[in-house]
Amino acid sequence: MTVQIKPILSALRRHKAGTFLIAMQIALTLAIVCNALFIIQQRLAHLSEPTGLDEPDIFVVQNEWVGQANAEQVDAKMREDVSVLRALPGVQDATTSNSYPLRGGGWDDGIKLTPDQLQDTSGAAIYFGDDHFIETLGIKLIAGRNFRAEEITSMNVRDRLSPPVVIVTKALADKLFPGGDAVGKTIYLVGGPTTIVGVVQLLQSQSVDRWAAAFAYRSVIVPKRLAISLGGWYIVRARPGQLDAVMRAAPKALFEHNPRRVINDDDGVLSFSEVRSRAYERDRGMAILMGVICVVLLAITAAGIVGLTSFWVGQRRKQIGVRRALGATRQDILQYFMTENFLISCGGVVVGTLLAVAINLWLVTRFEMHRLSLVYVLVGVVILLLLGQGAVLAPAMRASRVPPVEATRSV
Amino acid sequence: MFVHNLRLGTHSLRRNPLLTALMIMSIGFGVAASMVTYAVFRAVSGDPIPQKSSQLFAPQIDNRGPQYNREGEPPDALNYTDAMALMRAHKAPRQTLLFQVGLSVTPEDSHRMPFKALGYATYGDFFPMFDVPFQYGNGWGAEQDNGREPVVVISRALNQKLFGGENSVGRRITLEDRQYRIVGVTENWDPKPRFFDMFSGNAYADPPQVYIPFTYAIDQRIDTYGNNNCGSDGKRGDDFDSWLRGECVWISPWVELNTADQVQAYRQFLDGYAEEQRKAGRFNWAPNNRLRDVHAWLEHEHAVPPESRISLSLALGFLVICLVNTIGLLLAKFMRRAPEIGVRRALGASRADIYHQFLAEAAMVGFAGGVLGLVLTGAGMFGVGLVFEPQIARLAHLDISLVLLTLLLAITATVLAAFYPTWRAAQVQPAWQLKSN
Repeated sequence: MTVQIKPILSALRRHKAGTFLIAMQIALTLAIVCNALFIIQQRLAHLSEPTGLDEPDIFVVQNEWVGQANAEQVDAKMREDVSVLRALPGVQDATTSNSYPLRGGGWDDGIKLTPDQLQDTSGAAIYFGDDHFIETLGIKLIAGRNFRAEEITSMNVRDRLSPPVVIVTKALADKLFPGGDAVGKTIYLVGGPTTIVGVVQLLQSQSVDRWAAAFAYRSVIVPKRLAISLGGWYIVRARPGQLDAVMRAAPKALFEHNPRRVINDDDGVLSFSEVRSRAYERDRGMAILMGVICVVLLAITAAGIVGLTSFWVGQRRKQIGVRRALGATRQDILQYFMTENFLISCGGVVVGTLLAVAINLWLVTRFEMHRLSLVYVLVGVVILLLLGQGAVLAPAMRASRVPPVEATRSV
Repeated sequence: MFVHNLRLGTHSLRRNPLLTALMIMSIGFGVAASMVTYAVFRAVSGDPIPQKSSQLFAPQIDNRGPQYNREGEPPDALNYTDAMALMRAHKAPRQTLLFQVGLSVTPEDSHRMPFKALGYATYGDFFPMFDVPFQYGNGWGAEQDNGREPVVVISRALNQKLFGGENSVGRRITLEDRQYRIVGVTENWDPKPRFFDMFSGNAYADPPQVYIPFTYAIDQRIDTYGNNNCGSDGKRGDDFDSWLRGECVWISPWVELNTADQVQAYRQFLDGYAEEQRKAGRFNWAPNNRLRDVHAWLEHEHAVPPESRISLSLALGFLVICLVNTIGLLLAKFMRRAPEIGVRRALGASRADIYHQFLAEAAMVGFAGGVLGLVLTGAGMFGVGLVFEPQIARLAHLDISLVLLTLLLAITATVLAAFYPTWRAAQVQPAWQLKSN
C-alpha cells in the first residue's frame, strides 16, 4: 500500500482539475449531509417528546357558541355539555378546559414566589380543569391530592386568575422548590397567592414552538371552568378501543342537547393523534425534506465519482495494460484505484469538516440552532469514505479486467 | 453554424449515454431542489402590498417599560387607551385600528347550521388604505364609524355561501344574533402574509370573511378572537371595561403616510404622546416607540418561517454540488474527445469554433436537465405539503414564471459550468494530439 501512494500522487498531479472537483464535491456533500443529519436528529428528538397524556384514547372538541351570553349562562351550558359527554356510552371521562398540550397556543403566565417580586421565577402554561381533569387526561398525580368538586368555580376571561389552590407539574415544582417539598407551599399568580395541593408527573405546554421552550413542561392546573362566550374545549377520554365510535357520537349528542353552537367540520373534533401530527407538521416535514436531500445528494456524489473514475480508467487503459504486462496483478490495479479514491476522499473530508463547522456556525447565529456535535461529522466522514469506495468499485473492477495486451495497442 | 453545432452535440451526447444521463440527472435534481424551495420562499417572503408597502406604517408604543418588555422592544400591538389616543389625534391622512373577531353566522334558511366567520373589527379607512377590491358596494365611511352603526362588509366567498353570489348590498345578515346591514362585498382578497394582523399569528390563515366597525364592536363588547397579551405587569383589568382601560395589548394600528415629512412628523407625534404620558405619570420611562413600514414590520415579525430560509440555503448548496458534479462530468466528457478536437483544430477550426461547439452541447445538456428539473419540481410541489403547513404549501405553486425560471436556471448554470471544461478542450494542441495518434 505505502509503496503505491507516491505514484498515485504524481498521477493525480496530472489530473488536477478532476481531482479537485471530486474532492470539492465530497467536501460540500459532507458539509451539507452532516448539518442535515443533525437537523433531522433534533427534529426527531423534538417530535417524540411526551405530553404526559394517555394519548391513544383522547380526543378534543372545540365548541363555540352562537350569540353572546354572560358568564353564568355559559358556565351552565358547559356543565350540561360535560355531563352529556360523560353519559355517552364508551366514554371513560370528560372535562372542559381552556386548552390542551400541543394545541399551538394558549394561556401562559408568570409565577412568583413572593408578592412584590418584579421578575417572574418561571413562566408556566395555565390549564383550566375540574376534578375530572387529571383522570380524563390520564396524567399521573405523584404527590398531594386532586381537586375536590367543591373547589371548582367558574371564571370569566377578564377575571383575575386567583384560585385558592392549584396543582403543578413536577418540572415546575422542581424549578420553584428544588427541595422537592412543593405541596402545601404558596406561590403567586397574577391575582394573588395560591397553595399547591398536588404535583403531577408530566404535562406538556400548549405550544412546542421555540418561544414556549423556556417553560416546557412547567404547567399549572387551576380548579376553574373558563366560561367565555367564545366557547372552549372539551377533552374526552374514551374507553380503550371506543375512540372512533365516541368521536362520532359526541358532536351528535352535543347538537341534540343544544343546537346553538358551532363545531367546525374540519377541525372541530380532533383525536389526539391528529393534534400531535398537526403540532409537529413542520418538524416532521423538515426531517423528511432533509432526509430526501441527503439521499439524493449522496446518490449524485456517487454518480459523479463513478463518472469521473470511468473517464480516468478509459484514459489510462494503455498505462494499465503496461502495468499488467510488467507483472501487476488484477488485485494491484483494483487497489490502485481504490487507494486513489481514498486519498482524494480524505482531502475532501478534511475540507468538508471545516466547511461543515462553518455552515453550522452560520446556522447557529442565523437560526438559533444548536452546535453541531462532532459525532455527526464523524458519521458523515465514514459515510462519504464508504460511498467513495463503493462508487469507485465498478470502474476499478473494469480497470482490473484490462488485459495486458492493451499495452501493445494504440489508443 | 449553430444548428450544425447542435447536431454535433446530439451526436456526441448519444455516443456516451451514461455520462450524459448522469449530467442530466445531476442538473435536474439540483435545479428541482432549488426551485421547490425557492417557490416556497417566494410564496412566504413576497411583498403582500407592493404598491403601498412603503406608505403603510405600524406604530408601536412602549406601554410596559424596560422592566417588562422583551429586549427593549415595545409590544407588537396597542392597548385600547393608546389606540384611541392615536385615532383621536388623527395625525395621519388615513388611519385604522383592527382586531380579530370570530362571529357566528346564522343563515336565514333555518335548515342550515350556524357557522363561524372570522374577520376584523376595524375603521372605514381600512378599505382604501389596504386597496381592498370590491365586487359590490364599498366600505363604510367615517359617519358609520362615528355613528357606531351595525354595518358589515363580507367577502365574496361568504356572499356566495349566503346569497349565491348575488349583489347583497343593502340586505341584512345575522352575526351573533345581531342584525347587520351589508354595505359591501369584497373581491377575493387575501394578501399573504397577512401583514396587517401579524400580531394574532394569522399570517397564513384563510381569508377574512367579515369586517365590522371597530366602534360598534367595542360598544357591543365583542371580544377579540385574536391574541391578547398582558405581559408580566399586573394592570390587566377585571372585566371588559377595566380591561379596556388596562395595559393588555390586542389592537393592531395602521397609518398611511405619503411623504418623508409626514413620517418624520408622525414619529415626533408618537414621542410627544409618550412624553405626555410620562408627565401624566402613566409611563415612567423615556419614549420608546417604533414606526415600521410593511417591510420592516414583516422583518420584525419574522414573517418568513426559518424552515423555508434553512431549506433555501441548503437547496442552493445542493445546486452548487450538482454544478461541481456537472463540471467534472463535462470535463471527463470533453477531454475524452481530445483526439477529435486535435483533428478539427488541425483541419483549421479556430478556438472560437471549439467554444461554440462545446457550449452548444452543454446548453443542450442544460436544457434536458431543465426539463427533467421541471418534472421533478412539479413532483416536489406535491411534497411541499409534507414540509410546510397547508396554508403555506398552497401558496407555492408551479406557474409560468417558475417554469421559465427553472429552464433558464438549468441552461445558464450548465453553460457556466461548461466554461472550464470548454476552455480546457480549446487548449488542446492539434500537433500533440495528432502525434500521439
